[in-house]
Amino acid sequence: MIPAPAFLSNPERFMAFSRWAAPLFGLIALVLALAGLWLGFSAPEDYQQGATVRVMFIHVPAAWMSMFVYACLGVASFLALIFRHALADAAAQAAAPLGAAFTALALITGSLWGRPMWGTWWVWDARLTSVLVLFLFYVAYMALRGAMDDEAKAARACAILALVGVVNLPVVHWSVTWWNTLHQGETVFAKGGPKLSAVYLTPLLLMGLAYMAAFGSLWLVRIRGEVWRRRAEAALSRLARA
Amino acid sequence: MPDLDAGKYAAFVWPAYGITLAIFVGMIAASVAFSGRWRRRVEELKAAEAQKGGEEEAGARQ
Repeated sequence: MIPAPAFLSNPERFMAFSRWAAPLFGLIALVLALAGLWLGFSAPEDYQQGATVRVMFIHVPAAWMSMFVYACLGVASFLALIFRHALADAAAQAAAPLGAAFTALALITGSLWGRPMWGTWWVWDARLTSVLVLFLFYVAYMALRGAMDDEAKAARACAILALVGVVNLPVVHWSVTWWNTLHQGETVFAKGGPKLSAVYLTPLLLMGLAYMAAFGSLWLVRIRGEVWRRRAEAALSRLARA
Repeated sequence: MPDLDAGKYAAFVWPAYGITLAIFVGMIAASVAFSGRWRRRVEELKAAEAQKGGEEEAGARQ
């Protein structure tokens, strides 16, 4: 059973839990990725897209994670802002670089998929532009965090910025429905079920779970780092006072 | 069996996989290094605090 967030809000319990959970999630991610890649490369080439369909198995999960990680950043920021919880702020801070990496991955692999299929590396359509805005929110969050020395003020300012950026998430998700875009419409989470053959859907979902487990593992590792960084700064100030 | 022949699209498919691998390796290396660096720093500072506490206790006894 996965411990409830209330259980993990205690830093000591979190450190004990994450010590074994981080490597376990990493191992799960590796097994799922190997299975997903095996099935993905065993699937036949698409009749229209040819071998480029294989980019889907790494691009689409990265795009899912770009939004999921931002949702985690938003929830952690909300908890940090309302309850002034240090571990929630550490979780938000730890999520930002991972989210930025997943979003960059989605943009780069999307561009490499778009060039042979659309004939262009980039187009300013609603989906691509809103994902670029999402990436800029991550970058702005990290820049603001790095620019402020006062930890409490930085936590508050960054939490507000993160919550403003949450507005962009439904725009990213429904951009292909609200506007005419070059980007493909909803496929996996479409009304009436996935519009994708099982030979592609199974490896895609396995890769999605692999990315999710990898994020879980790395997020825990980075939160642990944040907890230690704050403990080091507290110890430094104690030594300076003594 | 897996089909690794991307044919005329190899110039797009393999760079996409290469960049994905590079970004994952970067994320793992950066996260582990960040966490390890601060864990070692905490241990150093705890040792320094213990040493300082011991010195102060010895000074008080004298």
